[in-house]
Amino acid sequence: MNYTTLARSIIRGDRKAAARLISVVEDEEEGYGEAMDMIFSASGRAGVLGITGAPGVGKSTLVFELAKGFRKEGKSVGIVAVDPTSPLTGGAILGDRIRMSELSSDPGVFIRSMGSRGGTGGLSLQASATVRILDALGCEEIIVETVGAGQTQVDIMGLADTVVVVTMPGSGDEVQSIKAGLLEIADIYVVNKMDLPGSMSTAADLRAMIDLVEDWKGWKPPVLLASASGARGLEEVAGSIRRHREWFSDPEAHMERRASQARKEIYDIIASGILRAISSAVTDEEMGELVRLVAERKMSPYDAARKVAGSALPGADLYKAL
Amino acid sequence: MARKIRVLIAKPGLDGHDRGAKVVARALRDAGMEVIYTGLHQSPEQIVQTALQEDVDAIGLSSLSGSHDVLFPRVMELVRKNRMKVLVTAGGIIPEEDVPALRKCGIAAVFGPGTSIEEIVKFHKDRLGRRS
Repeated sequence: MNYTTLARSIIRGDRKAAARLISVVEDEEEGYGEAMDMIFSASGRAGVLGITGAPGVGKSTLVFELAKGFRKEGKSVGIVAVDPTSPLTGGAILGDRIRMSELSSDPGVFIRSMGSRGGTGGLSLQASATVRILDALGCEEIIVETVGAGQTQVDIMGLADTVVVVTMPGSGDEVQSIKAGLLEIADIYVVNKMDLPGSMSTAADLRAMIDLVEDWKGWKPPVLLASASGARGLEEVAGSIRRHREWFSDPEAHMERRASQARKEIYDIIASGILRAISSAVTDEEMGELVRLVAERKMSPYDAARKVAGSALPGADLYKAL
Repeated sequence: MARKIRVLIAKPGLDGHDRGAKVVARALRDAGMEVIYTGLHQSPEQIVQTALQEDVDAIGLSSLSGSHDVLFPRVMELVRKNRMKVLVTAGGIIPEEDVPALRKCGIAAVFGPGTSIEEIVKFHKDRLGRRS
């Protein structure tokens, strides 16, 4: 299969081609780089919104409601929903569509479910390529939903223009809200399930945390109460997203964030490409033998890593790197 | 990298029983596949659009309400219309005498009550010929 043909079809609006190229990238099949170059040139128009938060706080329901809002404005929508891959079997149940089934036959919506596969930061390693493909396909708004994220799963920051962190009442005391990680990356906080007791104090804790920072450099994250399933507070969420986007749309002012996103993406592509190239330099049998030796403590894992990398990169001074 | 088998488990129509569908989804997950489950009450159009967007290798249709003889052929019709290469199987409560017609419209296998999980997993692995 020639992937550049797929890329051309995608740019013409072929949804099936988009679905196929996403699989090619996910499966890390060889030789899609040129197609992704073409996709890159045809992308860059979509707004990218990230939705993250702990499992069960209502991310999928919020994504569904926000997507419906974009559709009412006449915009086409892409949704990338990531669910966890089993670390034991590599399998996954991807169930985010359950909350969005009303959208699945809408020709203006493209939903793709992804397993997190190797990704540990709340996204799949290939999520950014998937966003690009949907952008090139012509989706005007792209919403990325992370896996139910814990405290350090902050990859979404490297992908989205606007990050919404969703939380709910009873998800921890004041100290939880001043810890580092997820709660530092929000552009907008949504306290969902606002009809549950404690929603006001959860919002107050978040606001107190935000007020500790003296200079927000032009954007102070709002804390909004909402009930995604009860369709309450959603206008305010959509309004804040719009305001953040206007603020963020000045490229000069936000070069720093764009640069850190670009840096991360370059390193991610290098890391997965090099790992792929190096892994293919040893056979499964050779690798199995090294694994056995390390497991039996007859060889150090560093030594094994140098042996594998050494066969792909002859002459490199591996003692410096590994 | 190993290619992963992706399977859509779908519940067409107004049938509200999805225990079986969930058991099959779970078993395919444990066999290393990515399983997309869409929940209840899907129309054939929704199922086929989902399969297309998700680029699945297989669709498993589950019905316990007796509407299989209308809904399953409609799914097959849309699969053909969209020129999709996808393995479609069926499960649930499907009378013996309805099986030949379903097979004839392109459903690759009908897994009735009593089918072992291993059989369903093996069927998908054999037919899709991908490692996962």
